[in-house]
Amino acid sequence: MLKILKYSFYDLIRSRWSYVYLLFYLALGFVLLFLNNDLSKAVITLMNVIIILVPLIGTIFGVMYYYNSKEFTELLLAQPIKRSSIFLGQYLGVALSLSMSLIIGLGLPFTMYGLFQSNTIWEFLLLLITGTFLTLIFTALAFNIALYNENKIKGFSYAILLWLFMAVIYDGLFLMSLIMFESYPLDKFSIGVTLFNPIDLSRILILLKLDISALLGYTGAVFQKFFGTNLGVILSCVALSIWVFLPTFNIYRKSKKKDF
Amino acid sequence: MFQIRKILFLAIFLLPVLLLGKTIKVCNSCEIRTIKEGVAIATALDTVVIKKGKYNEFDIVIDKPLTLLGENYPIIDGELKGGIIKVISDNVTVDGLFIINVGTSYTEDYAAVRVVKSKNFLIQNLVLEKLFFGIYIEKSRDGRIFHNKIIGDAVEEYNSGNGIQLWYSQNIDIENNIITHVRDGIYLEFANDCRIKNNISSNNLRYGLHFMFSNNDLYENNTFENNGAGVAVMFSKKIKMLTNTFKENWGTASYGLLLKEINDAEITGNIFKENTIGINIEGSNRIRYTKNSFIKNGWAIKVRGACYANIFSNNNFMYNSFDVSYNSKLNDNKFDKNYWSGYTGYDLDKDGIGDVPYRPVKLFSYIVNRTPETIILMRSLFIDIIDFSEKVSPVFTPDNLLDNYPLMKSKND
Repeated sequence: MLKILKYSFYDLIRSRWSYVYLLFYLALGFVLLFLNNDLSKAVITLMNVIIILVPLIGTIFGVMYYYNSKEFTELLLAQPIKRSSIFLGQYLGVALSLSMSLIIGLGLPFTMYGLFQSNTIWEFLLLLITGTFLTLIFTALAFNIALYNENKIKGFSYAILLWLFMAVIYDGLFLMSLIMFESYPLDKFSIGVTLFNPIDLSRILILLKLDISALLGYTGAVFQKFFGTNLGVILSCVALSIWVFLPTFNIYRKSKKKDF
Repeated sequence: MFQIRKILFLAIFLLPVLLLGKTIKVCNSCEIRTIKEGVAIATALDTVVIKKGKYNEFDIVIDKPLTLLGENYPIIDGELKGGIIKVISDNVTVDGLFIINVGTSYTEDYAAVRVVKSKNFLIQNLVLEKLFFGIYIEKSRDGRIFHNKIIGDAVEEYNSGNGIQLWYSQNIDIENNIITHVRDGIYLEFANDCRIKNNISSNNLRYGLHFMFSNNDLYENNTFENNGAGVAVMFSKKIKMLTNTFKENWGTASYGLLLKEINDAEITGNIFKENTIGINIEGSNRIRYTKNSFIKNGWAIKVRGACYANIFSNNNFMYNSFDVSYNSKLNDNKFDKNYWSGYTGYDLDKDGIGDVPYRPVKLFSYIVNRTPETIILMRSLFIDIIDFSEKVSPVFTPDNLLDNYPLMKSKND
């Protein structure tokens, strides 16, 4: 598996798209900090970008890579290599190279603008951690979609639909349910709903760490009480890990049975 | 003839001396060692000079027109036994004292300096520390409170007092004071025609400045920073609020300015910066808001209801999370010629006024008002999308709530 991982990883970091992705984050980081020297403000803006963009890139890149390297995969399948290690290796190769672009692309400008001397370092770390988690989650989901769909067009549309659902539609349904059931106590419900969507969970984890959390008022206080405790932090990490683990496990399961 | 001239001469020569009165010195090594003694032997219009030193006294009652003057800030230590100076005569001046350890009581409002039913008092250059109430003016008029420093150590609202409190008082000037860490920095209850200028009120538990049932007052050039809420104006009429700075009143239940049941006020030239809510308005009518700047607040203006005939013109709204929040579809307030940083319209004829009206109420702020729990979706992509679609074709927000003449450039640039 490690060999495949290494191969996929090197293949990807040599590819043009990884560089574009890396350069995009570098440019974003530098421009943000150049326009506004305030690190904590830049973290807020970055949060918006990361929450929307990282899942999108993760899904599209994952699906694309799977379909593109299909012939190579079939070649590998003819060799005496375990199936799970082929697919997991490829998945980890994609996810890790994307995460690396993210971490280096954002880490470099922030370090140069004095991240280590500022007190926003924890917020920034949280941002990178959630970003990495989102990459892992959405690449895994993309691999799942690709494994289930031989048809490229179908696969791409499902991938985009998945992103649209998680980033936009889910919040719409959430909002509707909050308004419909406004006469009921909704605290536990909304915490539960947030745990079920990695994008929402990351957004709220970061929001609560920033000054802006004061705007959240009473609801924010409820969330703060939950996510501020050790239990809350552990629970949200567990939720994110489950989000990584389940699709990955499904890749493993599906790849064992799949006919090529 | 000569005799008369001599008498006249003497009279002219002696009159000022008689008027000024004599000076009585109090110090730790003098004949008169306590302030109480000094006040007791003084006659009207005398000056009691208190030399540098420490005086453990409380309940000093000034019952005649005296000047109590401290030299190099003598310390009066109340040893937490009660109120310290009580003025019950007209024309009293208290100047240059350092007063500490005022007693705490739940039945009596002990104050460092209390003025009761007096006129023409002057309280200046005091430093008050470890206090319950600072300066308490009761049923008095025509006084001045100038250049004092009040540093409390309040932790909880129920067992702490206010920095400066006016109760049933008229025509009082409060100027150049610094007040921190008390419950309310300045509190006016039934106090009319007062002027509050150039004070700094910060880090107070409740309000920086608090009006209750007080009319025709003016506050100008004050700074309210990091209080529970900057200024609360309640049940008062004709208050003028000019060129004050409200900043960093930041917390889940904090306001820059809280208006409740206020009529005919004028709010001009103030700066609201980084408050959770810039102005919270409830049941307030006929108020003119002009030339204020709202910068980086959570909500610049939150209108809770029953607000009619208010006019907002020539204000700057810059980088607030929400510019205006409304909880009803009914609107009787007017927005005119303001600058909105969120404005995306154009100005083809280059007259400085945008050609497309601006809608200050976002759909999301309307939803949040209806169902507060939805605030948890803040900064979600979905919210941006519905805000945008509402901006293009308003359905839920009051459709007559718009600024028809939005400025293209902010006023202060």
